[in-house]
Amino acid sequence: MSSLAVNDQHTVAATPAKVIQPAWVRTLHWINAVAMILMIMSGWQIYNASPLFDFKFSSSITLGGWLGGALLWHFAAMWLLMVNGLVYLALGLATGRFRKKLLPITPEGVISDARAALTGRLSHDDLTKYNYVQKLLYAGIIVIGVLVVLSGLAIWKPVQLQYLTALFGGYDAARYVHFICMAAIVAFLIVHVALAVLVPKSLRAMIIGR
Amino acid sequence: MGRLRSLLIPGVDKQLLVRDATRLMPDLTRRRFISGGASLGALTLLTGCDVSDSFSAEEMLKQISKFNDGVQAAIFNPNALAPTFPESAITKPFPFNAYYGLDDAPTIDGREWKFEVRGLVDNKKSWTLEELYNLPQVKQVTRHICVEGWSAIGSWTGTPLRDFLKLVGADTRAKYCWFRCADAEGYNSPLDMATALHPQTQMTFKFGDEILPRAYGYPMKIRVPTKLGFKNPKYVVSMEVTNDYKGGFWEDQGYNSFSGS
Repeated sequence: MSSLAVNDQHTVAATPAKVIQPAWVRTLHWINAVAMILMIMSGWQIYNASPLFDFKFSSSITLGGWLGGALLWHFAAMWLLMVNGLVYLALGLATGRFRKKLLPITPEGVISDARAALTGRLSHDDLTKYNYVQKLLYAGIIVIGVLVVLSGLAIWKPVQLQYLTALFGGYDAARYVHFICMAAIVAFLIVHVALAVLVPKSLRAMIIGR
Repeated sequence: MGRLRSLLIPGVDKQLLVRDATRLMPDLTRRRFISGGASLGALTLLTGCDVSDSFSAEEMLKQISKFNDGVQAAIFNPNALAPTFPESAITKPFPFNAYYGLDDAPTIDGREWKFEVRGLVDNKKSWTLEELYNLPQVKQVTRHICVEGWSAIGSWTGTPLRDFLKLVGADTRAKYCWFRCADAEGYNSPLDMATALHPQTQMTFKFGDEILPRAYGYPMKIRVPTKLGFKNPKYVVSMEVTNDYKGGFWEDQGYNSFSGS
């Protein structure tokens, strides 16, 4: 029982560390990660029922077992993704995080940081500041995230939301937009996860905040 | 901390206080068992394919699907018309689609066929094809959207279902119009009343100005442009106006029952 001794509390309070990722960002990030993976894997199974291109996704990487099961997963995880995404957008705008962290994005900054990254000279010392490539990718993925939800709504409800569907150029075009957004998200995920593995302290910050 | 300590009653032994407090907490081994169970459950959730077979996941998905039925019914606008297209946009050839091949599609003799009307209606008489053909008809060119994701534009001519429901004195406060079909395995499908009363929901007798071919559901199909394709029953033999949810061929296998578009 000595581990429960009262004076242990001093040691915890004595090491104040800078919070890089606040708790709400971390919580929403990991909920989003789960929702996105469920949406992508079940979406691949739905795609297989009527492929847009000359290939299908291997059943080993799809979710749901068959079209009906995949639809159930897709339309369940949809709520998680949408509610979580809306809270993220609201808090990102209300707290000024988007403005502080992601803006401004200048073409010169993006080019010079991309060059530094590709030649291995990009510093990751200060995780509280994003470089211009990160800013562009993170802002871009938010836009893609909004587009994937809107194009999804357009093909889910092409009668009730027909003006939205028309905005995407009709039902068939909206399917392509939905697919292209998915592909962009998967490409982002590959780079995102690879970089998180290369810079482990960034992953640590997204888990415990510091 | 200093302030907190001063709140303690003077003379109370802190060590004893902590020991008493821990005694009030639940048994540690039991707590460990519960948390172990929770993480095992979390693991099975992450393993992917096996999840669909797991009872709890399937139950959860069914419940959410029912919730989605409710959401779709709530956003269904009875006045929103499905987009219509010029005849030049009609998909040619319009696909045949069923869970069986065209050779196995029902062959119906139109002279023998009768459309039975049951349930909460004033007039339960059966209708011959000739009698139905004499009802006022309208033509509409709309998009058929399959649950699989493909779509095709077709031209359908027939009697608005809501006119027929009025004609037979149906209780339109009932929840469903439940259709049965001549397909070998009995293709049934429940249609919610709000959708049945939608102006474009049609008892279809013609496709592209020709008598409905066998491939598309001769002698009668229920064309519902506000629903996915599988909610458009073909080879229809009866309709029952009912408050009971009686399931359907695809609905029973897990497709969302409302499946509005």
